[in-house]
Amino acid sequence: MAGLSSPLRVCRGILKEIRAIKGPEYKQTLAYNYVFQQFRKNLITSERYCRAQEEALHASHTYLCLLSSTRQHIALYDMYHGKGQRGTEEMAGIVGLRLPTQPGGKGWEK
Amino acid sequence: MLRNLLKLPSSLGHALSTHNVCPRGQSLKLLPLLSRNTKPYSIITERKKFYEDVSISQGEGGMFEINLDRRKLKTPGGKLFTAPNEALAIAVANEWDTQKDTLKFYSMHLTTLCNTALDNPTLRSKDQMITAALKYLETDTICYRVDEPPSLVELQNNEWDPVLNWIEDRYNVVIGSSTSILGPEIPKATMDTFHQHLGSYNFWSLIGLEYVITQLKSVVLAFALIDKHITVEQAVLLSRLEEEFQIGHWGNVEWAHDVDLYELRARTAAGALFVHFSSESSTVKRKLMQD
Repeated sequence: MAGLSSPLRVCRGILKEIRAIKGPEYKQTLAYNYVFQQFRKNLITSERYCRAQEEALHASHTYLCLLSSTRQHIALYDMYHGKGQRGTEEMAGIVGLRLPTQPGGKGWEK
Repeated sequence: MLRNLLKLPSSLGHALSTHNVCPRGQSLKLLPLLSRNTKPYSIITERKKFYEDVSISQGEGGMFEINLDRRKLKTPGGKLFTAPNEALAIAVANEWDTQKDTLKFYSMHLTTLCNTALDNPTLRSKDQMITAALKYLETDTICYRVDEPPSLVELQNNEWDPVLNWIEDRYNVVIGSSTSILGPEIPKATMDTFHQHLGSYNFWSLIGLEYVITQLKSVVLAFALIDKHITVEQAVLLSRLEEEFQIGHWGNVEWAHDVDLYELRARTAAGALFVHFSSESSTVKRKLMQD
């Protein structure tokens, strides 16, 4: 198994992600408490090779990846994803043009 | 480009419905989406957030349910939304809880996967799913090699061979790689071994596994990820190896490459986690000596 960072870092990473998305009241969320509890529980295991702990670490790493990737994906999505068509005037404005206007009207207005 | 085409089916599991548990009131404003006439799997990508509080509760048979305010979450097919264990339920609840003003269904991968497992919209049996999943092995990303340019050939050999060797050792099978357009010839014994192995998965795990396979376009990488041999980041990197190579050469375009990368990571991570949650047995193992 490769590429896993320490449990503490992963734990802090997950809690940070929850905080980033929930704001100040993040400590009241279900996920915060559950993650905290799980890491506490897995803390007290013997030093011997422990498969359950490795599995838990891998799963928590995966969860961290899910949270951070989703956040980053949404950020990019919000920035770049099309929000439908723009009006003619707005479109012209983007390239620095204005729609032509006729002084005194075009003749057909009432 | 192919990847985008293949993403389409997974966008189906998004639509939702809720079920009113309080005797009167509150339910009326939800009705437009929930009426029985609407197609359950119509594609709705966003919706205004209509609840404040998310909680979970344990219902009949020990299954976990999600509550939005005082209503129970239902699947697009109209079933009561249930998750088999607490961890999965909390992860799903967290997805609902972290939505801001609009619900972005395209970012709620675990909810989507649960919906798919609960509703089984394509009505497939376990055997059909295994066959469909293993079909990817015939065109597995990491078995298709290029023969030029030399630097990409070298990169593919260096990065992909270790995973290929790992899976061949782990399952005692022969897969091999090929530079031909037809791909490598997969021996029948290999297929049988994998078929048998997947037979031990439950239905929910298979849903997750197939999702990971279709995201990564590789059975080998999916197995390596599920077996915890590699991390999600590594799996995604290996799956996009040629793309990464081209990015190294031509430059990175944020609104295409990065969007794709993060989405793929999120989807893959969700699938892997879904398999993990669905296949874990009892997680609580207490030590004898404890104060």
